[in-house]
Amino acid sequence: MSIVIEHMTKSFDGTAVLRGIDLTIESGELVALLGPSGSGKTTLLKIIAGLEWPNSGRLAVHGADWLHLAAQDRRIGFVFQHYALFPHMSVRDNIAFGLSVRPRAQRPGKAVIAAKVDQLLEFLQIAHLGDRYPAQLSGGQRQRVALGRALAIEPTVLLLDEPFGALDAAVRRDLRAWLRQVHDETGSTTIFVTHDQEEAFELADRVVVMGEGRIEQIGNADQIHDHPASPFVARFMGATIELPVMLQAGRAEAQGLDPSRLPRRALPDGPATLFLRPADVTPLADPAGRWQVAHRTSNGALLRLELTDGTGQFGIDLPRRAPEAQGLVPGARVNLRPEAGTIFPGPRALASQAATAAFPRKEKSL
Amino acid sequence: MSAAAAPIRAKRVLPGFSLSLGTTLLYVGLVILIPVVALVLKGAEIGPARFWAIVTAPRTLAALRVTLTAAAAATVFNAFYGLLMAWVLTRYDFPGKRILDALMDIPFALPTAVAGISLTALYSANGWFGAPLAGAGIELVYTLGGVILAMTFTSIPFVVRAIQPVLEDLDPALEQAAMTLGARPFAIFRRVVLPAILPAWLAGSTVAFARSLGEFGAVVFIAGNLPFKTEIAALLAFIRLEEYDYQGAAAIALVLLLFALILLVVSNLIQFRAARHLEAR
Repeated sequence: MSIVIEHMTKSFDGTAVLRGIDLTIESGELVALLGPSGSGKTTLLKIIAGLEWPNSGRLAVHGADWLHLAAQDRRIGFVFQHYALFPHMSVRDNIAFGLSVRPRAQRPGKAVIAAKVDQLLEFLQIAHLGDRYPAQLSGGQRQRVALGRALAIEPTVLLLDEPFGALDAAVRRDLRAWLRQVHDETGSTTIFVTHDQEEAFELADRVVVMGEGRIEQIGNADQIHDHPASPFVARFMGATIELPVMLQAGRAEAQGLDPSRLPRRALPDGPATLFLRPADVTPLADPAGRWQVAHRTSNGALLRLELTDGTGQFGIDLPRRAPEAQGLVPGARVNLRPEAGTIFPGPRALASQAATAAFPRKEKSL
Repeated sequence: MSAAAAPIRAKRVLPGFSLSLGTTLLYVGLVILIPVVALVLKGAEIGPARFWAIVTAPRTLAALRVTLTAAAAATVFNAFYGLLMAWVLTRYDFPGKRILDALMDIPFALPTAVAGISLTALYSANGWFGAPLAGAGIELVYTLGGVILAMTFTSIPFVVRAIQPVLEDLDPALEQAAMTLGARPFAIFRRVVLPAILPAWLAGSTVAFARSLGEFGAVVFIAGNLPFKTEIAALLAFIRLEEYDYQGAAAIALVLLLFALILLVVSNLIQFRAARHLEAR
């Protein structure tokens, strides 16, 4: 079932949440919508589910116009962030719900439903939990039940809102591999929303990076990591260092900067901004260097050096045992050699939204 | 060190625990428990045979029947109307919603006698509502209908205020989940919303019923208090008291108390069963 979204916009009380989304998702794909909170990713997911309605745009699934279908008629499997299991029903009844509410003519017999539920419990590896109630389950178990309930109606599209957001790290890792397996075995088209890059890149075939109601970039981990399409994506992907440079013959020039490792870029000469990740920078000790080490902290494996040139301060990471690290104590002066980076033309005006650089990795603690 | 031998005591967050608990218990004893116990003792003084004679006297039976019938009718009406009211107040936004919400407290705040008098004035044969109703052949004042009306008026907030917070706290994701699973609005209400609010609904209705059983002020004005027809048990107990028949009054009061207690126990059992699996939030 291919999903085609065109020119979709949505605003809540005059605040634009989606500002023109165009996206095509192929049948059988596993796609992640990745972005910080407020980027509109959950709204987009809910529109696909029929739980929100756009102001304009088109949504077609396998050729059918879904904006004229109620959520009930779309046959989607939706897994809510906090699972939304029915608390007064046993696990078994929760999973059977979608089948047992069908109109009498289409409703499978009791025995058929029970068999289907058994099969799902087995598939989800929670066969022993069938008679428990949601309040008696752990977070990971609830997540499995929620997925089982969604899968029971054999959905055309499986939608998951922050599926692992409420779980602790170990369970998260476990369920991630398991969800991939479920997706592969059911062959469904799956879209999930996350603000966790690691989760998105590890799990999805394609990642859609969203920011402020727009799609910023679509690609796989390597593409987005190495070639961010916009300053927004660069910042979101961890490029916390933004240096003003002058482009000359496709090379970024700035005082104290050794651009020898950066490839030449086919960009016009003029002011530009160089985006760097803290780990992609090598410090070169130089008594007349532009930056001075302000702080030095270590986590055992990595050193973090806070550098300042009097106007701005940023941190760089390097292996503690690296030869360059020797002698870089507070007060030492260095120049920098970027090993990899991204250049966007234009002066620092680009960085006017610098506040958005500080995305929390885990925005929702619940 | 001698201090090492002293037992370690957990420190409470709030000081004065024993003092405040003691005061509370004393108060509960004086104000709630002792009057109830006194009533039971007074009833016990009468002796079973005499008690039975008082309770099964035709006038008493009639009064109890009127009271129970009217209270049951008022409660059934309020259960449904209160549910609707709570639904409207939590699920929709409309101008004047806060005013409507505040209006719901008027039966709480209004002296019941005032309510009784105004209801009587409205529904009497020449009142605003009474005149057209009389034209249609419906009389409320001095009939069982009037008793029900008065009980409905005074007990409606119990139902609304019991359901309202539960509906407000109900996670919208539950209904959305049911929607994505193909449930139609009625199925969503019956299978998802209703089980969630059922305990509160029952609790509210029970309290409304108990309140109706004992309602006095609002009822006596509109009921006309005709023995065997519209005389309620609480009024009969009052009449017995006026006649210095303390035993008769106590016996009738005991019966009312018994009904209320049975109801509370039954409702609590049902609530407990219904709330068994609901998560404590």
